[in-house]
Amino acid sequence: MTDYLWLIIVLPLAGAVLNHFVGRRIGEPRSGWLAVVGVGSAFVYGAVAAVPFFRGGDVAEEAVTSVHLFDWIPGIGATAELLWDPLAATMVMVVTGVGTLIHIYAIGYMHGDERFSRFFTYLNFFAASMLILVLADNFAVLFVGWELVGLSSYLLISFWFSRPSAAAAGKKAFIVNRIGDFGFMVALMIIFVSFGTLSYGPILENPGDVIGVGTATAIGLLLLVGAVGKSAQIPLYIWLPDAMEGPTPVSALIHAATMVTAGVYIVARTASIFELSTVAGGAVATVGALTALLAATIAIAQRDIKRVLAYSTISQLGYMFMAVGVGGYVAGVFHLVTHAVFKALLFLGAGAVIHGMGDEQDMMKMGGLRKKMPLTWITMGIATLSIAGIPPLAGFWSKDEILAVLFERGGYFTVLWAVGLLTALLTAFYMGRQYFLVFEGKARWDEGVEPHESPRVMTNPLVVLAALTVLVGLINTPFRLSFENFLEPAFEAVNIAQGPESAGSITLLAVVSVLAGVAGLVMAYLLYGRADETTRQRMLGLVRRPMFVWENAYWVDRVYGRLVVAPGKRIAVWMAEFVDQVVIDGLVNGVGGTVRRIGGWVRPLQTGFVRSYGVLLAGGAVALVAWIMSRGL
Amino acid sequence: MVELILFVVLSTVVIGGALSMILGRNPVYAAMGMLATLFGLAVIYVIQLAHFVAVVQVIVYAGAVMTLFLFVIMFIGVDKAQSLDEGLAWQRPAVLGVVAAILAMVGGLVLSGRWEWITADRVALSGQVIEIPVPPNGTIESIGESLINRWLLPFEATAVLLIIASVGAIVLAFYRPRRLQSVGDDAE
Amino acid sequence: MTVTPDWYMTLAAVLFLIGTIGLLLRNNALMMFMSVELMLNAVNLTFVTAGGAVGNLDGQMAVFFVLVVAAAEVAVGLAIIVSVFRSRSTATVDDLAELKG
Repeated sequence: MTDYLWLIIVLPLAGAVLNHFVGRRIGEPRSGWLAVVGVGSAFVYGAVAAVPFFRGGDVAEEAVTSVHLFDWIPGIGATAELLWDPLAATMVMVVTGVGTLIHIYAIGYMHGDERFSRFFTYLNFFAASMLILVLADNFAVLFVGWELVGLSSYLLISFWFSRPSAAAAGKKAFIVNRIGDFGFMVALMIIFVSFGTLSYGPILENPGDVIGVGTATAIGLLLLVGAVGKSAQIPLYIWLPDAMEGPTPVSALIHAATMVTAGVYIVARTASIFELSTVAGGAVATVGALTALLAATIAIAQRDIKRVLAYSTISQLGYMFMAVGVGGYVAGVFHLVTHAVFKALLFLGAGAVIHGMGDEQDMMKMGGLRKKMPLTWITMGIATLSIAGIPPLAGFWSKDEILAVLFERGGYFTVLWAVGLLTALLTAFYMGRQYFLVFEGKARWDEGVEPHESPRVMTNPLVVLAALTVLVGLINTPFRLSFENFLEPAFEAVNIAQGPESAGSITLLAVVSVLAGVAGLVMAYLLYGRADETTRQRMLGLVRRPMFVWENAYWVDRVYGRLVVAPGKRIAVWMAEFVDQVVIDGLVNGVGGTVRRIGGWVRPLQTGFVRSYGVLLAGGAVALVAWIMSRGL
Repeated sequence: MVELILFVVLSTVVIGGALSMILGRNPVYAAMGMLATLFGLAVIYVIQLAHFVAVVQVIVYAGAVMTLFLFVIMFIGVDKAQSLDEGLAWQRPAVLGVVAAILAMVGGLVLSGRWEWITADRVALSGQVIEIPVPPNGTIESIGESLINRWLLPFEATAVLLIIASVGAIVLAFYRPRRLQSVGDDAE
Repeated sequence: MTVTPDWYMTLAAVLFLIGTIGLLLRNNALMMFMSVELMLNAVNLTFVTAGGAVGNLDGQMAVFFVLVVAAAEVAVGLAIIVSVFRSRSTATVDDLAELKG
């Protein structure tokens, strides 16, 4: 099966190419279904190829293969090779599985759009890029995928480019990403210099034999810079809320389920390097914790339904970073999987709400939609419970495992555990707030808006995802660590951090985290579910100032604007006006002018008089003879 | 002795003719001076036993070339006195400079003791006294023999050259600028 | 004092110098041409003298050819001067200065 592993990448890529050339001609919805086939077939292939891993044990270990495609740039150790191991298989199935459902949904969501087939070209292209990223066995291939998903993100965010805000958001995403990519590239350079190659095998087997703690820390921190850009953590998260300008399927696929998880993936991949440096790992975890808390506070005060989910994604990614930072690779990847499912569900549901409300995104103008959109209501309700961490839904199992690992590590990380716990409470609160604002209570929408349920092509994926979010948690419960066993062959070289051993501690921690979630939901219910307007205003009035800060997202964008963007613009203007026009043009024109001037000096020699030419001739001849004679003398 | 007297007389004639040529106002007088120079040179060739060259010099150079010159002088109508004004500034100083340079070069040679570069004096070069060789007899026979045996190709080449020159001269002579021709036709 | 070949060479050099000066300082085309002829004659004298000093006929052969070429050159050159005079009615070289830069 792994002989044709590259098919996983080529199938969606072929879908993209086909859609590019004939998409317009085959029209809606056929180009959409073509794209679905592109990702769907990749999913099937991946699932079948992953069968050995499901068996576990020796069969699984044997099945880990590296597929060599071709030599690329030997000079920098870049070879085109793919790695098939449980981690890659997990990522492939998440990307293609959730991706297929989102593709199907998008057929309904993008109905009537003028550039329908182009959208699916980009979606398939994104899928192919992400698959390159996760299947890479070589940092150079990884980097190619890394860059391509950044490109796809840009193309999809600014899909409705006639809207200036969308175009600006795409630009912002790409530029901020680039900053992270710079750190990533420097890390790759250090890796190449230290190891002499860019292939995973030689590097990740036993990095401790080749590099010391210092180098490992440097590599780890620089990879963190890259991860921070791609996964929207502090300080490079600012592009993600703006990225909500893109169509909702894009937000679901790229900015919730897959692309933003690339950062988590690379930390998990390079686990053996991070193991060597407690500083790097701690930095990852700390960044994750801070981001999780910060984003949760901002989410509490947002009015736009997609922005809440955007900040929620940032926050949940923070959780994943906390996990992989302390060595809880399984916990982190597990949360990645469950988050992909319920966040995609939440986004698609939000999309259904927006679609049904005639493109209204302000939650204050919604309310009481449970009767108008029952399927959407149920599925989003399930997702809300999941993200709040209510058992036995998926969110509970994965979030709880992360908190358990943090607690067990002890020391400094207990602080992070506490932060995680607080964030869990806030998460439950803002998600509950969203639920009550949208689905419960009195209708608050404008005149002329007629909310309705979405067509089947959109609600069916919601149902599937809801079922998944109920079931997928069970792949890794403390009673049966199937997922951990599944991932074991991928993490041979490292120690996977575990939660506490004793059943008592496990139960205690679980109860605590559930309580946090329930508390959050109850608070949301009290404020937004039951209370009438005046009581709510009175209660909110108490926290008016913090809410104001959170609503404005700590004015981070403004600060960046003044600190970074404005000076950058000034430098650009200076370059354009001074350096380009004065210096460079001056130089070029100066060369021309100098030639002219020299010509002007020489031109008078051409007097037109034969006799002056004759004098010059005679003088030249005399000089020549004199020179010849002087050589002989 | 005889040769010395001859040399002095002839060199006077030659140089005098040359000077009158370049300094004369009237081109006809200049041509006369040139003729004197050419005749003087012919006699010098005879002294050097280059008889054929001397005769050819008289016939061709003095006879044909100078005659042609006089024809053209008359034809163009510059047989009146010409001004000796110098139109171009710097020309006289420049020429003066060139002459000075040449003289300096020669002076340099002399001063540095390389006189034999100019005179090819065998004595100084090899340290042995060598007889001044008898110059070869430049009679027609010897010239002709040398011409046909050793210098045949250049000989034929000069024949071609003369043909080309004749053709060129004829073309130039009969050339009429288009405009003048048409005016001429219209007028008729 | 015997008259050695050097003397003739010196004479030739003087003639050449005079010819150069004439070439550069006269602005009548015909005068310039005559000066060129003078220079050619000086060279002829040099050739004959050198040939005699070396002892073979090569010098005189060279003169022979120089003479031929000089004759051809005079023919063509004068034809040119005549045509120029016909179109410009001037024989002053300084008036033909249209190729100035």
